Parts: sequence; structure tokens; C-alpha cells
Amino acid sequence: MPMVLALVLVAVGSVAFHLLNPWWLTPIASNWHYIDATIAITFWITGFVFTAVVLFTAYCVYRFRHKPGRQAAYEPENKKLEWWLAIGTAVGVAAMLTPGLFVWSQFVSVPPEATEFEAVGQQWMWSFRLPGKSGKLGSSDVKYISADNPLGVNPTDPNGQDNIVIMGDDLHLRIGKPVRVLLRSIDVVHDFYVPEFRAKMDLVPGMVTRFWFTPTRTGSFDILCAGFCGIGHPQMRGKVVVDTEADYRAWLQKQQTFAQLTPPKK
Amino acid sequence: MADYVADSVGGIGPAEVPEVELYHAHTWLTKYVFSQDAKVIAVQYSLTATAIGLVALVLSWLMRLQLAFPGTFSLIQSENYYQFITMHGMIMVIYLLTALFLGGFGNYLIPLMVGARDMAFPYVNMLSYWVYLLAVLILVAGFFAPGGPTGAGWTLYPPQSILTGTPGHEWGIILMLASLILFIIGFTMGGLNYVVTVLQCRTRGMTLMRLPLTVWGILTATVMALLAFPALFVGAVMMLLDRLLGTSFFMPSIVQLGEQMTYNGGSPILFQHLFWFFGHPEVYIVALPAFGIVSDLISTHARKNIFGYRMMVWAIVAIGALSFIVWAHHMYISGMDPYFGFFFATTTLIIAIPTALKVYNWVLTLWRGDIHLNVPMLFALGFIVTFVNGGLTGLFLGNVVVDVPLSATLFVVAHFHMVMGVAPIFVVFGGIYHWYPKITGRMLDDTMGKIHFWVTFLGAYAIFFPMHYLGLLGVPRRYYELGDTAFIPPSAASLNVFITVAALIVGAVQLVFLFNLGWSLTRGKPSGPNPWRATTLEWQTPQTPPGHGNWGKELPVVYRWAYDYSVPGAAEDFIPQNQPAAASRG
Repeated sequence: MPMVLALVLVAVGSVAFHLLNPWWLTPIASNWHYIDATIAITFWITGFVFTAVVLFTAYCVYRFRHKPGRQAAYEPENKKLEWWLAIGTAVGVAAMLTPGLFVWSQFVSVPPEATEFEAVGQQWMWSFRLPGKSGKLGSSDVKYISADNPLGVNPTDPNGQDNIVIMGDDLHLRIGKPVRVLLRSIDVVHDFYVPEFRAKMDLVPGMVTRFWFTPTRTGSFDILCAGFCGIGHPQMRGKVVVDTEADYRAWLQKQQTFAQLTPPKK
Repeated sequence: MADYVADSVGGIGPAEVPEVELYHAHTWLTKYVFSQDAKVIAVQYSLTATAIGLVALVLSWLMRLQLAFPGTFSLIQSENYYQFITMHGMIMVIYLLTALFLGGFGNYLIPLMVGARDMAFPYVNMLSYWVYLLAVLILVAGFFAPGGPTGAGWTLYPPQSILTGTPGHEWGIILMLASLILFIIGFTMGGLNYVVTVLQCRTRGMTLMRLPLTVWGILTATVMALLAFPALFVGAVMMLLDRLLGTSFFMPSIVQLGEQMTYNGGSPILFQHLFWFFGHPEVYIVALPAFGIVSDLISTHARKNIFGYRMMVWAIVAIGALSFIVWAHHMYISGMDPYFGFFFATTTLIIAIPTALKVYNWVLTLWRGDIHLNVPMLFALGFIVTFVNGGLTGLFLGNVVVDVPLSATLFVVAHFHMVMGVAPIFVVFGGIYHWYPKITGRMLDDTMGKIHFWVTFLGAYAIFFPMHYLGLLGVPRRYYELGDTAFIPPSAASLNVFITVAALIVGAVQLVFLFNLGWSLTRGKPSGPNPWRATTLEWQTPQTPPGHGNWGKELPVVYRWAYDYSVPGAAEDFIPQNQPAAASRG
């Protein structure tokens, strides 16, 4: 009998905890509300299955617990029941997978009007690079990295000269404008993680990775590293500020370009 | 009635091959230390795994103390914390769970359940244990090496795992890789034995479709491990070459802490593919033996045949096969081509179907049963609850787009602890309470068993269920301290304290279990040969504990499947597998 109570407690208690606890997704600040919706659908379906299975188990333990004289039924299989359960499960799985894949197809399709910026990770700080007036990011390579050129921008590439380089300062983005993030690491695997944006992606040395989002709320948000990168992993922080158009322009005026930061080669 | 249920009288042919004389040990050393008897090897594996598991338990306490009371313990610095999580993870997954299920339960149960005298290759089986022990010792040596064990995280992702920003980059990572390589060599020797023994050494009448599900689970898991571990093996060898000889398998050209390194052209993602090609099947290498064992526990203690036996067997095989094409669901945000997400999300969610069918069949076995709430049954019920919980949260993480916000948060930590930590360990406990009487001839103490169950069950749930919500909030995993983070409310810190208190209590109650194991060895109630009135062959041995060669003069002959419980018209509520059809009628 304690086991019956414990099973009911687990089922009811889990649902109660889910409904009452104060910890939930942080308020979203990007276009990925579809992700939140898929999470909600998944909670409904899995929550129903969990409660049903645990309560049914509790009922079985209560109803069929050993008493003198009880004999169990003998029923090796029941093809019909097994098929219905398989079909029901497949329907439930499809109900989660379909919206999931639908949203994923948006995740992999970058809007053509998206502008690019680059986030560069290294142990244990974030740096950023934005295209200048030309709208293009110059090429880069680890071999160009030096004290004067910490991001390894190719000094001979004309597209790189007007790029805006942000070292040890906040990144600013415009509200409502889709951005395509190019991610580059110069040492180990990191991960660009802003909980409010929902989307995140690893930075892998030796390659450029990408994802996109549209900021939908102004404010200042923490950038964390979500890819374990050594002893300073929790301290690898940055900030992204989502501005209105006017504020963004004002901020952009004050930034320095690669050419300004890097003394010309003799 | 399907043909596998009970054989008509006769129909069992003579043995196809004569028996081979076993190796007979004459000295104490060859009997109990360098033993070739699978039963002794099983106990050796289990004791070693338990000992190293205790180390992992203490490490989990230390990391929980740090998370609940950051900055309080001067002995737990950032580098120590990462060493603790790395060693805890690796020990639990490989050196405890894999070794215990396959080396422990596999060695003890396979020969007895299939009606064999021993494993097919007893000498290789013995070597398997000693290589495993060596692997464990080398792993432990990391704690005493300069710089300590590696703190690269149990996934050992390069480049960080071999660079100076990670603790243990001097010796720890080398010892870890060497230990893994040895473990895989040792496992392969054992694994080949388990497969050959199940396929070739079954006694007369023991068809594949009469095998207990325990054997099916262990067999499938072993085949998977033999196919999956080589990926980890080559990954470990290549990383060792990168670390020691400066090759660049996984190392692109990088600048670390201002210094240009000489590596060039390697691929960090290649390692991730190799690791998870092993790592995902590994989840099922742990889960499938648990599925099999729990099926037998539920059936025996509910006095009812397992519901849908054939479906259960096919589900095990289907899960085993599917688990080789889902690995990249661990890599949705790794930077691999995102179009892979469509494929791996689909395969991952499909695997939920056979898994769900297994859950239904366990619960339907309880339906109209005669449920004895013995300690093994309690743990089996605890398994159902925690496995269903952990399996369902897998549907979040497998569904690529839901994984994006949740990956690398405490949601993942909570999920995999529930599904491949707590749930399989409940089966380990259930299995030990169930088979201890066969191994020792004495029952484990019931009161201590119940205390152990209740605290562990409720406590473990209290640890891991709320943890999901910290992950949902966005709290990242592998953080030594959360620091000042705007989106994390102070209430999260109180939840961390609660989880740590629960973890300390659950850890402490394992001492009751260990005490019970020792105490019952001499003071437990004598069990007799078949205390649970079970049908499978291991309970029908002429001696308890079974002697050398298991069966005395004559090998048993099998006439029926493993689940003849409560057969209508039978004299007893169970009919052993080796009882001929005519003799069973009451």
C-alpha cells in the first residue's frame, strides 16, 4: 500500500510541481517563439503519457497486489492490443515530430535580407566583427593572428579593412532585423548561448558555423558559453544589447574599424 | 497457443556435440583469484565495479556541495570541480554500469540461464576481468598523477581535452585514454564470450525464443558494444597520438592563449562523430540488459508471464539496430550540417516506439497479476517510473528544434541521469536483491532492503525531477559557479541546496545496502534453491550456490519458455523450464 501511495504521489506531485514551480523558460527575445510552442506541445503529450502510465501502474499494484488465494491470469500476448498501442504511440510521436521538423526547416532557412555578424570565441572571452560600409566581412585565418590582429582578419583583403572589430565590449543588434551569425573559434570548442534568443550554436576551431535569429525585444542580455572550454568556462561572458534603429546608429558611429585598429604593415 | 510456450512431450533431440571437460581448479589461487569460473569472475567484476562506483559517488557529493554552496569549500577549486565531473561521468557510464551489467550480471547469468557449464572460452573470460581491473587501476592512477586526472568532461572533446586550459592535460588525459583502450580490449574478450556462449552453448531444448529476456538484453547489448566500442577505441588512439606525437587528427590550426600551435588540418567534429557513434549505442548497452532483467523481475514477482514476449524480443533487437543511426542527436548544435537534423530527429523519435511498447508490456504484465511487493519488485516499479520519466524527456532532446534551447543545460543532465543513471541502477539493485540468494545461499535482509529502496527511490526522484526545470530556465551545465547572471533568479540557488541535501541522503543510504551485502552473507536467512519460486534454469541447479560446472552430472533439458507462471490447471503457480509437459499437470 505505501507503494500505491508513492506512485500516486509521484504522478500528482510531478504535475503539481510542473504547474506551481517558479522556474520556466526566460522571457523570449527573438523570433523563435515556435520553439517555445513545440516545447509546450511536447510537455502536454509527454505529461499525459507519464501521468497515465504511473497512475495505471499504481492502480495495478493496488488492485492486483498479492492476497492469499489470488491467482494471476495467463495471457502470453494480445496482438490486437499490442498493435493499437503501437499505432497510438506512433501518432503521439508524429504529433511532436511534425511541428519539430516544420520549425527546423525555418531554422535552416536564413531570410535573404539577414545581415551578418561574426562572433569569435577564445579562452575565455567573446569578440565580434561586423561588416562595414561594403557590407562584407573580410576573410580570416588563424595564421594572421597576432597582438595587433587578435581576430586573424586577412590584412590583404580589401573587404576586411572597414570591418568593425569589437574586443572586450558589448555587441549591439537592431530590433526586428534578422541576423545571420557566423561563428569562429581560434582555440577550442565554445558555444554562443543567449538564453533569451533560444537558438545557440557551437564555435568549432578550423571551421565557420552559422545560425540566424531576429531580436524582438530591446534590452541587454547575457552571452554565455555553453560548450565546455576549460577551466574558465563559466567566466566566458559577454553582453548583447538590442537597440532601436536610432540607438544602434549612434553606437555604430563610435566603433573602430579593422584598419583603424591595426597599424599598417611596414 | 504459440509453439514457444510449451513443448509437447519429447521432441528434444540428443545433444549435438559431446561435452568438453572443464578446467578444474586445484589451488585456492586458481579457484578464487585467477579463476576461470564465470560465477567467480562475475563476483570479481561486480566488486571491482562497486568499489570504483563508490569513488564516483563521493565525487558526486563533492560537486553537489560546490553547486549548492559555491565558494564555501577551499578544497574544491574550478579545476577540481571539472576533474570530479569528468571522473564521475566516465566511471558511472563505463567502469560501473557497463562492467556491472555485462561483466557482472552477464557472467553470472548467461551460463546458468542457457544451461551451460561455463562460458565458451573460460581462460579468455578470466583475462577479460584482469584487463578490466588494470584499466580501473590506471584510471584511478590519474588521481595521484601530477596535475591530477583529466577535467575535460566525460565527452573528452578535443582540442580542449589535450590543451593547457584544461586540468589534467599533462598526465590525466593520457591515463584516461590508456585506461579506455584497455577497458575496450578487456571488454572485447568478455563480450565475444557472452555472444558465443549464448549462440553455441545453450542446452538441449533452449531455443532462442525460449531464452529469458535477461539473456536477450545482455546478448543484444554485447553485440552492440562489440560494434560500438571500436569507434571509441580508434578515437582514443588518435587523440593519444595527437597528444603525444603531435599528429593532427582532431586538431586544426589554432592559437591558444596567444601562442600559435603547430597543429594543422584536423577536425574536432570528427572526434565527436566517433565518440557519439559509440556514445549513443552505449546508452542502450546499459539500458538493454536493464530492460531484460527488469522484465524477468516483474514477471517473477507478479507471478505472471511477461506480456508479449515475442514483441519484447523484437523490440530489444529493433532498439539495438536503430540506436546505431541516431548518434548525431547529441550534435544538433555542434556545427555539423544542420540538414542532418531532419534525419536524426526522425530516427530518434522512431526509437521511442519500440521503447514505449516495452513499457506498456511491463505494465500490462502487472495487470491481472498476483503482485508480491518484494524488494526486487519495488526496485522494478521504481525503474518503470524513472525510466518513463527519463525516456519522455528524451523526446524533448531528440526533437532537434526543442534540443536547441535545452542542450548543454541542466535539462540534459537531469534527463540522462534519470534514464541511464537512476533507472538502470534501480535494476542493478533489484537484480542483486533477486539473485543474491542464488550467489550466496542467503536472503538479503528485507528491512534494510526496504529502507534502501524507499530513500533511494524518493530521494533520486527529488534530485533529478526538479533539476529539469533549472535547465528549462536556461542554467548551463558544467558551470563551476553561476556567478552574476541576470536571467537566473535567486530561487535557483535554493533549489540547488535542496538537490544537494537530497543527493547527500541518497548517497548515504547506499551504505545500508553495502552493509546488508556483508551482513547477510553470514546472518541472512538461508534461501534454499529457489526462494522466489522462479521458472528460469539458474534456480533449478542441484546445489545453491551452484557448484563448479553448474549442473552436476546431467545438463538440464528445456521443455518450455521462461514464463510459465500461473498456468491454468498447473499444481503450482510456476513451472520450471526444465520440467517436461506431462509432469506439470496437477
